[in-house]
Amino acid sequence: MSGTFNFLLAAVADPWFGFPIKPEDASTTASSVDHLYYFLTALTLFFTFSIFTTIFYFMVKYRRRSPDERPKAIETSTALEVTWTVIPVMLCAFAFIWASSLYFRNSRPPNASMEVFVVGKQWMWHLQHPEGAREINELHVPVGVPVKLTMTSEDVIHDFSIPVFRIKHDVIPGRYSSIWFQATKTGTYHFYCAQYCGAEHSGMIGWVYVMTPTDYANWLSGGSRGESMAQAGERLFTQLGCITCHVADGTGRGPVLQGLYGHPVKLRSGETRVVDEAYVRQAIVNPNSMPLPDYPPIMPTFQGQVNEEQVLQLIAYVKSLGTVEKGTAK
Amino acid sequence: MSTAVMETPAASRVHYLNANYGIKSWLFTTDHKRIALLWLGSITFMFFIGGAAATLIRLHLIEPTGALVQPATYNKLFTIHGVVMIFFFLIPSIPAVLGNFLVPLMVGARDLAFPRINLLSWYLYIIGAIFVLYAILTGGVDTGWTFYTPYSSTYAHSQVIATALGVFIVGFSSILTGLNFIVTIHKMRAPGLTWFRLPLFIWAIYATSIIQILGTPVLAITIFLLGLERLLHVGIFDPAIGGDPILFQHLFWFYSHPAVYIMILPGMGVISELIACFSRKRVFGYAMVAYSSMAIAVLSFLVWGHHMFVTGQSVYAGLIFSVLSFMVAIPSAIKVFNWTATLYKGSISYDAPMLYALGFIGLFTMGGLTGLFLASLAVDVHLTGTYFIVAHFHYIMVGGAVMAYLGGIHFWWPKITGRLYPDGWARFAALIIFVGFNLTFFPQFVLGYLGMPRRYAVYPAEFQVLNVMSSAGASILGIGYLIPLIYLIWSIRYGPVAGPNPWGAKGLEWETPSPPPTENFEEIPVVTEEAYAYAEPEDGSHG
Repeated sequence: MSGTFNFLLAAVADPWFGFPIKPEDASTTASSVDHLYYFLTALTLFFTFSIFTTIFYFMVKYRRRSPDERPKAIETSTALEVTWTVIPVMLCAFAFIWASSLYFRNSRPPNASMEVFVVGKQWMWHLQHPEGAREINELHVPVGVPVKLTMTSEDVIHDFSIPVFRIKHDVIPGRYSSIWFQATKTGTYHFYCAQYCGAEHSGMIGWVYVMTPTDYANWLSGGSRGESMAQAGERLFTQLGCITCHVADGTGRGPVLQGLYGHPVKLRSGETRVVDEAYVRQAIVNPNSMPLPDYPPIMPTFQGQVNEEQVLQLIAYVKSLGTVEKGTAK
Repeated sequence: MSTAVMETPAASRVHYLNANYGIKSWLFTTDHKRIALLWLGSITFMFFIGGAAATLIRLHLIEPTGALVQPATYNKLFTIHGVVMIFFFLIPSIPAVLGNFLVPLMVGARDLAFPRINLLSWYLYIIGAIFVLYAILTGGVDTGWTFYTPYSSTYAHSQVIATALGVFIVGFSSILTGLNFIVTIHKMRAPGLTWFRLPLFIWAIYATSIIQILGTPVLAITIFLLGLERLLHVGIFDPAIGGDPILFQHLFWFYSHPAVYIMILPGMGVISELIACFSRKRVFGYAMVAYSSMAIAVLSFLVWGHHMFVTGQSVYAGLIFSVLSFMVAIPSAIKVFNWTATLYKGSISYDAPMLYALGFIGLFTMGGLTGLFLASLAVDVHLTGTYFIVAHFHYIMVGGAVMAYLGGIHFWWPKITGRLYPDGWARFAALIIFVGFNLTFFPQFVLGYLGMPRRYAVYPAEFQVLNVMSSAGASILGIGYLIPLIYLIWSIRYGPVAGPNPWGAKGLEWETPSPPPTENFEEIPVVTEEAYAYAEPEDGSHG
């Protein structure tokens, strides 16, 4: 059934008289989004065609034949009104359930995802891999592996959009957002900034390179400068003097960070928060907004001293100091 | 058709146009009909400014590397196009021109409830327009009409404040117009004109007015906060100073989604009038069409989140906004089915206003149905921010609202001016606009699904063919808009005298001479029948 369906779709869709009407489908979710798109297109064509035909038919059949014509009034029919209310309601309910379940399923990255960190700034993309490789306006990923992008912006709102994977998400200053994909075809594809961000907005585009796992491993070892994100974070941790207060044996003026990531922490306000990326970022750039009960609020802000890429490295370092498994933290 | 009124030549009869002369008699008038003409002139001027920006945009996009201007200039062009067309043309178009002229005539009143506030509305519009024109002439503005923060509040180096102030001021014009209509419709209906005898245009204007007075203050607040942050660096939206950029989007779309219905609902009202007149039938399902206008007004306030499915609002908020967005499609579908059913067993003529009305139904149907793609979460993720969005809202706002506006102008032109325009040219223009419109915007649906982002001054070469098609269509569309400008102006002087009711239409506005006298009616009419009572043969007792 779904095989026939796919065959029919392939026959009508891509390419259409040699003219592409959809981007390549290169992720595990792309073709399921396409199927819903075809359904909605069919619905649109059906109703547009029906209404056009009906209007055209009435226009010819009931054209005015003499200037004195006075057609009889026709009483409103409740049955008709109900019919053409209920049918669209049912079609909409069907489309809603289909679209929402797909969206819901795609909203959470698989636990085994590999991570890449994305920072948007006017007008380029900075990407870094945990192993240490860094790139600008390029994203290298292996085929067949779920990839989670954790994204933030250095300045205004951007949006990371990869049409061949049918995903995009806004990249917002001051917070982390994430999307994920699992590429299914090796190749080189465009990604775009899809949220207007100023003069060179349309220059903020780049390429995704989907590689075989071997090629990716080679690229990764060639591209890194021998320092992983966590190691870069550790170096910053020393340079910025964080290490003088956050001492591992608990004798410092600040909390011990070893084993902290993923744990719940109780704030002075009484609120309990799990230490995640957003928590660590806030603790670095705006520590006074989240005082802890057992420590004096003496930590200075590091806003302006570290950029978003460095914040991500510091987070990677804090993570590397020991985490708890997802699931047990709750 | 209607021969009961003895037609004296317009020149020798005193009516609203020749009651007095001189620039002061226009600038200080409180006659709703004259104010409507002030609006007509002003928004036509702004339409051609917005249109000039659109022309440059389409010319620029012929080449993937950009054929005409620098990216920074391109960004200013699409911003000017959006700001001018939305706030200074579409939102005032049907309410301020046709609504101003017709609401008192249709309800059998001598003027709106607050004639001086009505004039104030126009002056506020002019002051707002001056700010925006000043911004354009002193370097332009490059934030997009959406003014997203923190770009607009912190990073943009253009005339953000002057533009925002213009939009802020014109908002009050919109609020006051809405207030005037609501009071007039409630308190000044002629004897016998009960709610369910009102023309559907009045229902649509009433629903629109509710959105205007409830939604527009939120826009004013939002722009005020934007100004506070930009001028005084109060941290509201910019996270670098403690703000939240997403808060701006919630506030902005809380107004700006309902604003879409401010633009389209009055158009739906016009279409109901035209379809009834040119098929000589009462609108099928009159009550359903009236209720659906009110349903749209209410639901329009509950769907703003569908602009933000990819900003990071929670998955559950996304689900709620998605289901509400599907729901708002239902009343629109009901209207389309009822208009189509009105034609059944009617007596259909193909005069120019009717061609615009039929064009509206087709284009609005496509615009509405493509809205379902954007209500569908998983598909919206791929389509939002692309040319699909651009195509979709132009089908609604140009294919829908502008077609309806032009249809309405053609329908009531004989009433407004007392003259007929050349019908052949008018039908020709309607056809050109319909064809040009589809050629311009249909390719953009395909571009969007292929992934081309909107607001791009340069773009990858694989998108060129579709962009050239779109630009070619735009040149046809542009000609289509110029033709009516020429023959309508021509008709004011040279058109044949129209008589009070050239279309044989029902409605109180057709029972008074064209152009109407300043006081609208010699005696306030008494209404004894439903709207669109086309079925009864005329017995000469009405007009």
